[in-house]
Parts: sequence; C-alpha cells; structure tokens
Amino acid sequence: MDIATQSIDGGFAEPVFNAQVVFRAIMDAMARPGTVQTLQQLAHPPAPLSATAGAVALALCDNDTPLWLDSPLQAEASVKAWLGFHTGAPLANTPADAHFALIAKPAEMVALDGFSQGTQEYPDRSTTLILLTSDLGSGPTLLLEGPGIEKTSMIAPTGMPRHFVEQWKQNNQRFPRGVDIILAAPGQLACLPRTTRIKTMEA
Amino acid sequence: MTDIATYNFAYLDEQTKRMIRRAILKGIAIPGYQVPFASREMPMPYGWGTGGVQVTASIIGPDDVLKVIDQGADDTTNAVSIRAFFKKVANVAVTTETAKATIIQTRHRIPEQPLTAGQVLVFQVPIPEPLRFLEPRETETRKMHALEEYGLMHVKLYEDIARHGRIATTYAYPVKVEGRYVMDPSPTPKFDNPKMHRSPALQLFGAGREKRIYAVPPFTDVVSLDFEDHPFEVQTFDQPCALCGAENVYLDEVILDDHGGHMFVCSDTDHCEKRREEGHRGHLSPETMEPAE
Repeated sequence: MDIATQSIDGGFAEPVFNAQVVFRAIMDAMARPGTVQTLQQLAHPPAPLSATAGAVALALCDNDTPLWLDSPLQAEASVKAWLGFHTGAPLANTPADAHFALIAKPAEMVALDGFSQGTQEYPDRSTTLILLTSDLGSGPTLLLEGPGIEKTSMIAPTGMPRHFVEQWKQNNQRFPRGVDIILAAPGQLACLPRTTRIKTMEA
Repeated sequence: MTDIATYNFAYLDEQTKRMIRRAILKGIAIPGYQVPFASREMPMPYGWGTGGVQVTASIIGPDDVLKVIDQGADDTTNAVSIRAFFKKVANVAVTTETAKATIIQTRHRIPEQPLTAGQVLVFQVPIPEPLRFLEPRETETRKMHALEEYGLMHVKLYEDIARHGRIATTYAYPVKVEGRYVMDPSPTPKFDNPKMHRSPALQLFGAGREKRIYAVPPFTDVVSLDFEDHPFEVQTFDQPCALCGAENVYLDEVILDDHGGHMFVCSDTDHCEKRREEGHRGHLSPETMEPAE
C-alpha cells in the first residue's frame, strides 16, 4: 500500500461514537489509576503506531494540540501522514512544545522532565505522554497509591522508560506541575496521572 | 424522538468535545485545580447550567443513563429542561432513580443515596473560584493557588467566628482537595461536603460562564476548612421529613399557608419517593393524615 492510501485508511469507522468510547476509557483509566480498560480495535494506523495509541490520538488530538513523535515514529513517513490526515495535529519541534507525545519505544525515550511540565500558575499546560507498551501485566510490578485508588492498585507494564520509578518520583515532587501518562497496550489502556505515587516494592 | 440528524450527537461539535475532554483529563490529573476551557454558547442562558451541560455532552455516550437534579429534585424546571435537552440531542435513556444513572448532572445537591464506582457526578458551577469574593483579580487568585497561599480564606472563616461566634458559611463551603488546592464545591449545602470525601464516584465540575472545568477523582481526600476549636459541622434538623420520616437527610422548608404553616421535606425527591414506596411515613404524608372532609 502506498503512503497516500495508508494515510487515509484506518481512521474511526464512526468518528463521533468511537471517539466517545475511547475518551471514556481514558477518563475512567485516568480517574482510577492502575485499572486496565479494555478497548476494541477501533483504529488501524500504520506500524509502528499501535491501534490503541492511534485511537487515543484520534480521540484527543486536533489542530490545537502539537504532537511530538519519538524517533521510531518520526522515521515513518506513513505514521506522520496518517496522524496528519486524521487529526490535523501539527508536529512539535521539541518535546517541550508538545501537548501530546507518542512514544513507540518508551525504554529509549528522553527524560520525563524534557517534556512540558506546565507552570505553577497553569499546571494543565503540560505534555500528556502516550506510551506504547506490549503488555500491562508482565513487566516489573508497580504498586500504586494516590487519588482515584481506594487503597493500592497494581500494574506491570513492559518496556517502561529507564529509571522510571526514580523519574516518576521526581515527577510527583514537581506537583502540581508534571506530565501524565497514558499506557497503550494491545486492546487495553491504563493511565498514570501525576498524582499517582509508586510505592517501592519490598523485595 | 429519533430526529437527531440536525445536530451532532450530544449537540456539541467534535472539536469542542475534544477540547473539553482534554480539559477534563487535566482536571482529573490535578484534583481541585481549575482548568480554563473555551466554553461555548449553549442553547440556554448562562446560569442555567451551561458548564455542566458541556461537560455532560462531552462524556455522554448512547449507552449512558442520565439523571438531572436541581436542588435535589428531578422535577424542577432546570432538571426537566436539561433532561429533555439530552433526550433530544443525544437520544439517551433518562431516569430519576439515583441507582440506575451512570451520569448524574446536578445543580447544588449530592444525592442522599451513596454513589457507586461506575457513576459520574457532574456539577453545575456558577463561580468556580473560591477566593473570588476575597480577591477579585484573576491574576492574583491564580498566583495564590500557585503558591498555595490560602491564608485569606482562613481569615474570612475566622472573621465569621469573630462576628457570629461560628463559621456562618452554609453553602459553597470551601474544601481542600488532596491537601493541595482549595476548591469551591459549587453552591451545595455544606451538608453535602462530607459526601465528596473519598467518594467512589468521579466528580466533575463545569462552570460555563466562568470557563473553568475541575474534577475530584474517586477516593480523593476532600476536607472542609475549619479550625481546631471550631470544627466543621453539617446542618442538623430537629424534625424528620414530613412525608417520609427520613432523618439525617437535607430538608427543604415548604410554606403551606399564610398563617405560618410550614413543613420540612426531603430535598432529594427520588430518595423521598423511594422511602415512601418502602412504606415509610412522615407526620404529614397523605396516608397518615385524616382523610379530607
């Protein structure tokens, strides 16, 4: 398939209702960190962008939201064309300019503090990171607590950023500034808002 | 009611919904912080719940069941018209039963029946800024929130005590969310404040005219401001509901005649009806009163 066809195919079949379903899954995941929301395959983006991450981008991004892609995604012209056609989101030149960042290889990504953190007055003006992960259950277990979690919850995403627990602790300390994370796995998603604390597991 | 083709589903266009949805997500991520958003003109005047309506329109889907209350009642003008609005533009199921609703839009009450994890409570907010009447400049209040400088609010509550011997604020009673942001719970009676604390339901707040959205995620600490020697207290009533006999609920006064006759009834109409169906009776319910001549 050439780039022109690839970029046009694979959007939401029913844009209004599919976007609502995807958003509700993200909202529930953001409100209850650590819970895994299941999601049907609603978008068919070109690789290496995953169906879940593509659906999240379609549901949330538009011409108001500069989008930053990590290098595996950046290298793929069809991904840029697909996102451009379906969302109209401009590409951000630097991570700090981005409202959303799509990261295909979180393990190799730039540090969390390289993204926009918002300001003390406007902490909402920070980057939301969409991390592609292959699985939410077979990586190192993260024990979570904070708003949205009754006692504790657990999640075990694979391929997380380097020194993630330490980076996330720093992210917590910047509160109310900081980034929020949407974890996009095949058929599933989960969120880590900046308020969620990772408890260190006793070995 | 199938002729919804003239408007997009749930009235708002998709770009507006995305913008509001992004604001909701940021609001959830920063509990109690007021996220600015580009509020739209709605087919109803400001003050009628345009903020709540925009939030509801952005989250609602065809499978949702919507309940709308106005001061606890399902059958007052504001509640009826907003319910009819969503029935028309989104063709969704509506209910008056708290337990059956997935989304409850409310003007100034939280239902008596405890909410559950699957539910979303959407508040209509007139003045989202709790510091606004103490400091009119947005630039200053924003800085105060940024620096967590809430001394002024405590001075205000202290002045209440100095003047009246107690904290005189009875509604829109300021709360601190998760130990960080001071938030206006919207003009709910302070009676409802404890229900916000670690509620299993997600609580979203929309202020249309003031263009702010904020949120309290489930299981989040919401603490009413007070002093050690003047702890926060909710209103109490010295008589039960005249219709269903309920105690420990919020009551409305209803004037019966021009000779000073009055009665107190549940402000939550659904709660009151449920109790009467279960056979609870108050001293003025038709069943307990002598039949009229």
